[in-house]
Amino acid sequence: MNVVDKARVKPAAKLLSGNNACALGAVAAGCRFFAGYPITPSSEIAERLVTLLPQAGGVFIQMEDEISAMAAVVGASMGGAKAMTATSGPGFSLKQENIGYAAGAEIPCVIVNVMRGGPSTGMPTRPSQADVMQTRFGSHGDYPMIVLAPASVREIYSETIRAFDLAETCRTPVILLYDQVIAQSSETVALEPPTTPRAERKWATGPREEFKPFAVGPDGIPAMAKPGAGYRVHTTGLTHSETGFPSQDPETVNRNLGRLFSKLERHREQIDSWEAVQCDDADVVIVAIGISSRAARRAVEICRASGVRAGLFRPITLWPFPEAPLCAATKNARAVLVPELSIGQLRLEVERLLGRDKVEGLHQFSGEPITPAQIAARATALASEA
Amino acid sequence: MFTDAPNFDVRDYLRLEMMPHFLCPGCGHGIALRALLWALHDLAIDKDKLAIVSGIGCAGRLSAYIDANTFHTTHGRPLAFATGLALARPDLHVVVISGDGDCLAIGGNHLIHACRRNLKLTCLMLNNEIYGMTGGQVSPTTAETRLTTTTPLGNNEPSFDACALASAAGAGFVGREVTRHVPKLKELMKAGLEHPGFAFIEVLTDCTEVYGRKNELGSSPEMIMRQKSDMRPSAYRNTVDTPFHPTSLPTGILMQNDRPEYGAAYRRAAALAAAKGAKK
Ligand SMILES: Cc1ncc(C[n+]2csc(CCOP(=O)(O)OP(=O)(O)O)c2C)c(N)n1
Ligand code: SF4
Ligand SMILES: [Mg+2]
Repeated sequence: MNVVDKARVKPAAKLLSGNNACALGAVAAGCRFFAGYPITPSSEIAERLVTLLPQAGGVFIQMEDEISAMAAVVGASMGGAKAMTATSGPGFSLKQENIGYAAGAEIPCVIVNVMRGGPSTGMPTRPSQADVMQTRFGSHGDYPMIVLAPASVREIYSETIRAFDLAETCRTPVILLYDQVIAQSSETVALEPPTTPRAERKWATGPREEFKPFAVGPDGIPAMAKPGAGYRVHTTGLTHSETGFPSQDPETVNRNLGRLFSKLERHREQIDSWEAVQCDDADVVIVAIGISSRAARRAVEICRASGVRAGLFRPITLWPFPEAPLCAATKNARAVLVPELSIGQLRLEVERLLGRDKVEGLHQFSGEPITPAQIAARATALASEA
Repeated sequence: MFTDAPNFDVRDYLRLEMMPHFLCPGCGHGIALRALLWALHDLAIDKDKLAIVSGIGCAGRLSAYIDANTFHTTHGRPLAFATGLALARPDLHVVVISGDGDCLAIGGNHLIHACRRNLKLTCLMLNNEIYGMTGGQVSPTTAETRLTTTTPLGNNEPSFDACALASAAGAGFVGREVTRHVPKLKELMKAGLEHPGFAFIEVLTDCTEVYGRKNELGSSPEMIMRQKSDMRPSAYRNTVDTPFHPTSLPTGILMQNDRPEYGAAYRRAAALAAAKGAKK
């Protein structure tokens, strides 16, 4: 078979784990730099990329800890490479310092957090969904964050690609959040390489004298100056003015930090993603992500089979939370059930939007996934109470 | 102006729009900065291809004054940022500016691993024996008995010999100089900048305003003269094996070898792997 024929053939279905799909998605997205530090249950991503990246002309490095891994990723991206790191709970805590730097200095990068049981070293080989709030508010200070929450091997692949695209388009760090079960379970999938072009970095052009590194620009996203292209700009984690140099002038601070938030708001159409299953007539809508949403999908079938009108709302983009779609999907519901592997984090956000009366949590932090039967039973009870 | 630098104008390498700078009068960091700019001038390093990566502290603030691609990162992490940048962009000349607290306390782990890895980077650690930026707290190089805001009874922790540490960790180039000898410091920096692997340079510099004042070390000229008379005895008083001898504190290039550079070795191996992958 010659090369052209080979390219036309549909990709064969393969047995693949979530972490492997993530590594493949990263390379397909144009990732050319990975820095990490081993931690269960994320290590397979690094172990796959260590071979894939050099073949693609990229760089893989295992750093001395997660702090430096995150720093190296930001450094590589400042140099122009699409860059990624992957970790789990304890390592994710260590990365927060430089995730905040990337958010403030507006350096595109992708951080994968495979959730395992916590707190602290917790349960390395057990799933959890207790980092929902840490992904949003993990570093200090005010900053926005994009967090994507895929729920299957195929979706890990496509969301990894979308994570890189959003990072470049919005000049921001993007977190890919999933749990140990979908990270390490294998599914048979045929991965379709993306047909649309990938988002690329907006580089500064034009004369140096006229270039303002943090100018507001038409879409709120300043072009970046590529080192070596003659702009010689300054990048800092201090609050800065449009020039890139430190400033604590209240008006300047307001303007620049305000833009950090508004730049995401202006791109909500690209950022937002969710799935609503049989929500229109549902008396009970289940809101879930990751492995809990897989159980919830089955629970909806069980409920419907016994005449209980249940539906599923699944945020695929977790942050910024798809507020309006959730409100629309639960408009007719009398109760909303949030099953999650935590004491209640997703539930807090759902309650914020829908009020506490309507919302109930189904929480489990034992390290075992919630079963469809558990969710179906609770949804059935809620439907009859309501 | 130094008479032996007829062609060197420090203003060519400074961001004049950032003047006046924020350093205290007499601060040794300014002297170290001048020596660096002079070394860059002598080596004719292209400003566009120069990346300065600095940490947090008074030393870390220097990057903002240099007319190059400058990155002011997080406390203790400049070597880690620089590692990513240098690997992604081998065409850039990457120089790290760090302080004694930045490099040896919060960043100590990154320092030893950068030394071990031997990626081409030049790391300048400006050692003023104090946390200058935060108002004068004890640092890993503060001499025993010295007064700082967090050692009101006198420091009783032994200090690091940073060069011995870097050598033991495997740095390919290790050097030390005092800010009193600017031409010598410049030459040492040049040697470090030209070294093909990781170069660690410790610059012994004076924090006049908080360290000098608190320990009654005199005016900034007096502090500089003290560098001559006792060669900064404090930082290296009684390190484990070598009781301190003021006149024998080693300066200049302390160690240089030609261990394989990490980035080049990686790219060679990667090219081989890519060729193998293509054959399959
Ligand atoms: C994570 C973190 N911890 C603490 C600080 C506060 N801080 C700023 S500079 C500094 C010490 C700097 O000392 P050194 O590296 O010796 O630089 P100098 O100011 O003496 O040049 C500290 C502790 C910080 N910015 N970030
Ligand atoms: S506090 Fe010390 S180190 Fe900082 S600028 Fe002043 S004299 Fe220099
Ligand atoms: Mg210091």
